[in-house]
Amino acid sequence: MTKNVSPLVEGRTGPWEVIIGLEVHAQVSSEAKLFSGASAAFGAGPNEHVSLVDAAMPGMLPVINRFCVEQAVRTGLGLNAQINLVSVFDRKNYFYADLPQGYQISQFKQPCVGEVSITIPLSDGTSRDIGIERLHLEQDAGKSMHDQHPSKSFIDLNRSGVALMEIVSKPDMRSAEEAAAYVSKLRAIVRFLGTCDGNMEQGSLRADCNVSVRRPGEPLGTRTETKNLNSIRFIAQAINSEVARQIEILEDGGTIVQETRLFDNTTGQTRTMRSKEDAHDYRYFPDPDLLPLKLDAAWVDHIRDTLPELPDALRARLLDQYGLSPYDASLISEDRAVAAYYETAAAGQDAKIVANWMTVELFGALNKMGLDLADSPVKPDQLGKLVGRITDGTISGRIAKDVFALMLENGADPDQVIDEKGFKQVSDTGAIEAMIDAVMAENADKVAEYRGGKDKLFGFFVGQVMKASQGQANPGVVNDLLKQKLDG
Amino acid sequence: MSDLLSLTAVAARSALDKKECSASELTAAYLKAIEDTADNNAYVAITADKATDMAKASDARLAKGEGGALEGIPVGVKDMFCTKGVETTASSQILKGFVPTYESTVTSHLWADGAVMLGKLNCDEFAMGSANETSAFGPVTNPWTATNGDLMGKALTPGGSSGGSAAAMAARSCLLAPGTDTGGSIRQPAAFCGMVGLKPTYGRCSRRGIVAFASSLDQAGPITRDVADCALMMTSMAGHDEGDSTSIDAPMPDLMAALSMGIKGMRIGIPDEYTLDGMNPEIVALWEQGRAWLEDAGASCVPVSLPHTQYALPAYYIVAPAEASSNLARYDGVRYGQRVEGATLDEMYAKTRGAGFGDEVKRRILIGTYVLSAGYYDAYYIKAQQVRRLIQQDFLTVFEQVDALLTPSTPTAAFPLGEKMDAVSMFLNDVFTVPANLAGIPAISVPSGLSSDGLPLGLQLIAPALREDTLIRGAAVIEKAAGFDHVATGAAS
Repeated sequence: MTKNVSPLVEGRTGPWEVIIGLEVHAQVSSEAKLFSGASAAFGAGPNEHVSLVDAAMPGMLPVINRFCVEQAVRTGLGLNAQINLVSVFDRKNYFYADLPQGYQISQFKQPCVGEVSITIPLSDGTSRDIGIERLHLEQDAGKSMHDQHPSKSFIDLNRSGVALMEIVSKPDMRSAEEAAAYVSKLRAIVRFLGTCDGNMEQGSLRADCNVSVRRPGEPLGTRTETKNLNSIRFIAQAINSEVARQIEILEDGGTIVQETRLFDNTTGQTRTMRSKEDAHDYRYFPDPDLLPLKLDAAWVDHIRDTLPELPDALRARLLDQYGLSPYDASLISEDRAVAAYYETAAAGQDAKIVANWMTVELFGALNKMGLDLADSPVKPDQLGKLVGRITDGTISGRIAKDVFALMLENGADPDQVIDEKGFKQVSDTGAIEAMIDAVMAENADKVAEYRGGKDKLFGFFVGQVMKASQGQANPGVVNDLLKQKLDG
Repeated sequence: MSDLLSLTAVAARSALDKKECSASELTAAYLKAIEDTADNNAYVAITADKATDMAKASDARLAKGEGGALEGIPVGVKDMFCTKGVETTASSQILKGFVPTYESTVTSHLWADGAVMLGKLNCDEFAMGSANETSAFGPVTNPWTATNGDLMGKALTPGGSSGGSAAAMAARSCLLAPGTDTGGSIRQPAAFCGMVGLKPTYGRCSRRGIVAFASSLDQAGPITRDVADCALMMTSMAGHDEGDSTSIDAPMPDLMAALSMGIKGMRIGIPDEYTLDGMNPEIVALWEQGRAWLEDAGASCVPVSLPHTQYALPAYYIVAPAEASSNLARYDGVRYGQRVEGATLDEMYAKTRGAGFGDEVKRRILIGTYVLSAGYYDAYYIKAQQVRRLIQQDFLTVFEQVDALLTPSTPTAAFPLGEKMDAVSMFLNDVFTVPANLAGIPAISVPSGLSSDGLPLGLQLIAPALREDTLIRGAAVIEKAAGFDHVATGAAS
């Protein structure tokens, strides 16, 4: 169900509508930078990944990295957007110490990817369509470090020239939740495509948030732009604090100043970075060092034909093929590695039980251990086998948790754990009958009470028998036999 | 051999093969010529040790019969080319002390063909100028002096921006000189100094490693003593380079063969619009003479029209400064070159660039910044680009009817250094040369005669893109007919 009604924020003087547009910067997954052969890898020592081009040495010229273009096109196709076969790189001119050329090469007038919209899921079960205006390629700047020396700033150019995709939304979002869902969705898509690793804490994906408020039905209010938010939580916090700030100013009779703001993640508040008066005139013009980027339609088609399955299609397939709940399907389709793990584990097993074990037990345990799924001691086929041992009656669900705990410790196979620890469930009616007889004999008084009408004691007997079997008795068999004996 | 300095590059190369002289002798003669003509201020750096070593290596290769096309030929390099291990400043204070760790593609082609590097040559600061007077190293003096008239006894400009290169060639203190041409910077100084200067098709020569002035107009090309040397050197300089996205991947026609092909049956256009009001009668007469020479050699000359020519100069003086204002942003004192410290980053920028750039460079940065600014971009930059396309279209149309165009190279001969001239009058020097840069097409200036003052004058041929062979064919005809064998009074001997 697509939602068309905007959520409103109640102020002191009435309701406000929030208008949000995002510019997401996604670092292209690529070995080399956008216009030089230097490594784009994260984490090297300062200035270790800098070519003559990245440092803007005299006479050095940019040469487009074809793979970065392919990644941008793949992303555009993954978003189902229009691919512009001709696009142009412009120079965005401004001075800063970590911008060696004195301009950033970006696509201003003619981006390589055009309009589209994506559907985002919301927590109330509805969804919304969010428009994307464009996606274009541009270079990242270097990094200024002001905390290395008492009076000097240091410059690290490792990031200088790294390829970014700037994905510009339309002002279609109406709440922090929608903005967060939009970024999550974009992140899932680029990760599935392998075009950006989506690591927000490393800055591979970051967002500038444009926020304004207005009375419902009125024209757009003045917006502010909060720069460089590098987590989904910060995006939501920054929007909420900015919305509260703007509403307070307006309700006090003030006006919003169009400006660029910074988010302080220690206070959760935004503060002024520069006002409109200080805004740069970027003097965009086509970069004469680069020819217009012309793409071959057949090459674009080839990329389209080799796109992987994307989150929406995967989610639909999980619902359809495995009969998962919408919640589990959403959770598992967020990440391709999660989906791959799930599909391996679920092969030949009860898919719903596998999903449950994965989302509850496995994720819970990994979370506690601080491990990523890729580093899980329990491999997907082992989790599948464990679920198989529950459904074939070898062990009970409760015992399975003990087996799972041991598997987490040493990565052992479930069958090996079951054998070694003697966890095999007892389904032999003779053995269980003997245990029941012993329990009944020891608790003759309770047998009498039960038979006198105290039905609730049934659970007590089950517990005693299970205890006597050290948990290995098949609870179904125990139930059946107990009922026969007590009622008989 | 007695007079090594009088040999052209082709003749010297032949003499080396015949063991009539050694590369070391040739280089020594030129190093001495540099000393003898030091007064003209053409050289900003002399790399004598490097030259001696390179000449020795050339002799070793020649001895093994492995000499390249330019083996042992002494070359002076315009200071716009980055040269590995040799200070490269673009004749600007802001780059003083900058020593590249890399070699420009064009000069590396010359060295790969065996040429010997003598040193770096003076030019206008960042190649912005037409008189070599904007250089941080001071002006260059033209080795030519007037033998008649008011200019007698006055020091003359060699032209610009490749003023040091053309002057060194005329002074015989180098045998070949690669220049760069953004609006006439090879052809105008070549004309003022009695040399051949060729600006090839945009993209023929890689711009990689050449200090950028205006990226969409800059082209490297040869300044040589005669047309045969021009063909030889052009062939070496050109070539596709993956390090320059605007480099073209098209084979160069056989220019050495073109030297003797003649122009029989060729159609040459004489553009109406290149006749200026009040044009110097000597220039008009020379142009007329050139037309007669071409017809005598079997070409037919026809009047043609390039209707947008009058807008070329204004368009050029918007596009070139616009690109320059952005290209020169990297000279900020942060990573290399000169820095003047300031209390804040902005203050450091202002002080560094204020002290580092000369007036002409500052003027063009200001103009360029203005024409790209919000609110002016459409009226200036976009309009200039539209004009540029119309000028390109003019040439495309006219080249459907003719094989090449004949025009004067410059409106005047060399003028005195220090002559009080406003910026616009100085810009007018480029009126005949700028259109070829805007259109990206090749053009050559050939020495064709002397003015009544005894100063060299040049004729220009302009050809369609990729047809440098047409230029060489026409230039060879003019050269032969003109019989220009004058040598500058200030030449070394």
